[in-house]
Amino acid sequence: MEKRFVYADNSATTRVSQKALDAALPYFTELYGNPSSIYSLGMECAKAVLKAREQVANALGAKVNEIYFTAGGSESDNWAIRGCAQLGEKKGKKHIITTAFEHHAVLHTCQYLEKLGFEVTYLPVGDKGLVTAQQVEDAIRDDTCLVTIMTANNEIGTIQPIAEIGEVCHKHGVWFHTDAVQAVGNIDINVKDMNIDMLSLSGHKLHAPKGVGALYVKTGINLPNLIYGGAQERNKRAGTENVPSIVALGVAITDAVKDIPAKNERVRKMRDRLIEGLLKIPESRLNGDTEHRLAGNVNISVRGVEGESLLLSLDLQGVAASSGSACTSGSLDPSHVLLSLGLPHEVAHGSLRLSINDENTEEDVDYILEVLPPIVKHLRSMSPLWERICRTENIHDYTLD
Amino acid sequence: MADKVLVAMSGGVDSSVSVKLLLDEGYDVAGATMRLYSNEDIGLDKTRTCCSLNDVEDARFVAFKLGIDFHVFNFSDDFKHYVIDNFVDTYLAGGTPNPCIECNKHLKFAKFYERAKLLGFDHIATGHYAAREFDEKSGRWLLKRSPDRSKDQSYVLYSMTQEQLAHTLFPVGEMHKDKIRDIAEENKLINANKPDSQDICFIPDGDYAGFITKRCGEQQSGDIVLSDGTKLGKHKGLIHYTIGQRKGVGISYSEPLFVITKDMEHNRLIMGKADEVYSDSLVAGDVNFIPFDTLTEPITCTAQTRYHQKDAECTVSPMNDGKVLVTFKEPHKAISKGQAVVFYDGEYVIGGGTIL
Repeated sequence: MEKRFVYADNSATTRVSQKALDAALPYFTELYGNPSSIYSLGMECAKAVLKAREQVANALGAKVNEIYFTAGGSESDNWAIRGCAQLGEKKGKKHIITTAFEHHAVLHTCQYLEKLGFEVTYLPVGDKGLVTAQQVEDAIRDDTCLVTIMTANNEIGTIQPIAEIGEVCHKHGVWFHTDAVQAVGNIDINVKDMNIDMLSLSGHKLHAPKGVGALYVKTGINLPNLIYGGAQERNKRAGTENVPSIVALGVAITDAVKDIPAKNERVRKMRDRLIEGLLKIPESRLNGDTEHRLAGNVNISVRGVEGESLLLSLDLQGVAASSGSACTSGSLDPSHVLLSLGLPHEVAHGSLRLSINDENTEEDVDYILEVLPPIVKHLRSMSPLWERICRTENIHDYTLD
Repeated sequence: MADKVLVAMSGGVDSSVSVKLLLDEGYDVAGATMRLYSNEDIGLDKTRTCCSLNDVEDARFVAFKLGIDFHVFNFSDDFKHYVIDNFVDTYLAGGTPNPCIECNKHLKFAKFYERAKLLGFDHIATGHYAAREFDEKSGRWLLKRSPDRSKDQSYVLYSMTQEQLAHTLFPVGEMHKDKIRDIAEENKLINANKPDSQDICFIPDGDYAGFITKRCGEQQSGDIVLSDGTKLGKHKGLIHYTIGQRKGVGISYSEPLFVITKDMEHNRLIMGKADEVYSDSLVAGDVNFIPFDTLTEPITCTAQTRYHQKDAECTVSPMNDGKVLVTFKEPHKAISKGQAVVFYDGEYVIGGGTIL
């Protein structure tokens, strides 16, 4: 098979759609006004921001005045969690509930709050990467101010029972925030039906540019200001709006939430073929629940192989993939997500995430299935770790055949 | 070419629907919101007040939905001077101010109207519940109550001049609130379910005394006395009480007592029996008449001395120096200095003034 480029890392970021780009371009050189300006050029930009705000609201089933534009998912997470902590502290509520496998934007914020005297419960996610509403309910205390649980995990793609968790939170009068960065555009979301009080989303995961995102905040929750300064975002997040990116986000999210079930059916078929093919590799396993899982997510561990070597070899073949989250690739620690599933260090180290979407093709799947097994075989043939595994566990070393 | 109308948009349902109705009638419509104060200015960080930043954003969205141009006018200095300061001063002088009337007089139908004129608009429009009518015979514009008496806002519009009336449209003025909400919902205007604004937009929690205390410090305590001078107890600062108030004064007596006067000079709160809350007459200044320019001889009509009150029969007589004397047929309850007295002839507003 001829070498080709296969982008299989859509959980890291996505290509900006042509439609979103076309919508954004005029706001660089023609409609370049400041939305706060009094004249028509400014007003046109203010209108464009409003339109995008409405588009984001519609995509989530929210009201337009519940949407705040931010610079992305991490900012939205920080704002929601630190904001709620501040509001909670005023009422003497200094307990937060989250899970062990949140994105670092959530985990590190919680750890920071622990230093400030907050108490944080990190719910275990079991071997399948799922939490239950019952776990949340059991953890809620009188002084709990916030529950923050991601909608879909960024590494293993498992989808949490958000509506049920939200219901439990509301029953106990606790605010519920969800990091839906991986979920928006991949599963249907309606913040009202799903009892969500706050939701973070990021543009570049759904074919909008990097550097733009949004936070949904339900009417009635008065989050403290994130950035002091001008009156943008209802005075809460000052700074001249990133008009082109906001416009692109509005267009991209509108497309992203359209016909999700149909899109997913096609993606899931490709994904399942990938999983089936990859699990033929001896001593490999799929991480995370198979059923409650994003349609495009594959996460496998291949014993006896370093994740990093796998990625570099795949790149030489033109395949862009990742081990765990791109945000942690700078660190040497194995994925905290995989460790939270109870995987041993050594297994967690040899993990591979492939995240495909509807831009991928059956040919991409064929190509990955063709190039990956020989790469694994080659790496294992040189791996002392693999040799030891074979020896101690009495496994037939197929790389020697 | 269609007449150009600038709608004063508060972000609320009434002015939003006004825009829609004017567009349907074929006017060339734009919208503007007056930025009257920031929440910080009034010592708040909560929303749900009238012309705060959130309401500006809501109004902007409605304008966007309906496809009209939208402007924001910053009139916060004027608002502070004409409305907030006046409110505080009147209260401290023992009166009961009506800031909505001051705002209409000095902001909506003055600053806003002037600005609209400057920008080439033929008319302004507001979401008030009131109607106007041109009287061919006299060649004057008349002001009428809304048919929905529970929503009628003609009381706060008595000070409108002929020029203002000639150039102000009240698109929802003769409609019922339910119908207006339906239109808002049909058109997905953001605020279809937004609650009606309170009486005083810049004191959303209704704690007038707290607002004044925050600005001017705690008020001195003083004596509560009967009208004959008998001491009954101590009050906690006169701003905490209103004329006609019975409950919450903190005294006990053999029969119900009402606040009848706030004696600012001696810092005394004067209580009286039920009959002492009533008076036969009042004097009003700063008067305005709508079907004619000046009152030359006494007229009989009805009057209201509060926003929502039954019509009271009375005679209005001119005094020298432009003031008027209002004599009630039946003794009238709890007349408060600073409030407006507004005169009606059936459904028509004859005029009004400030109670002195």
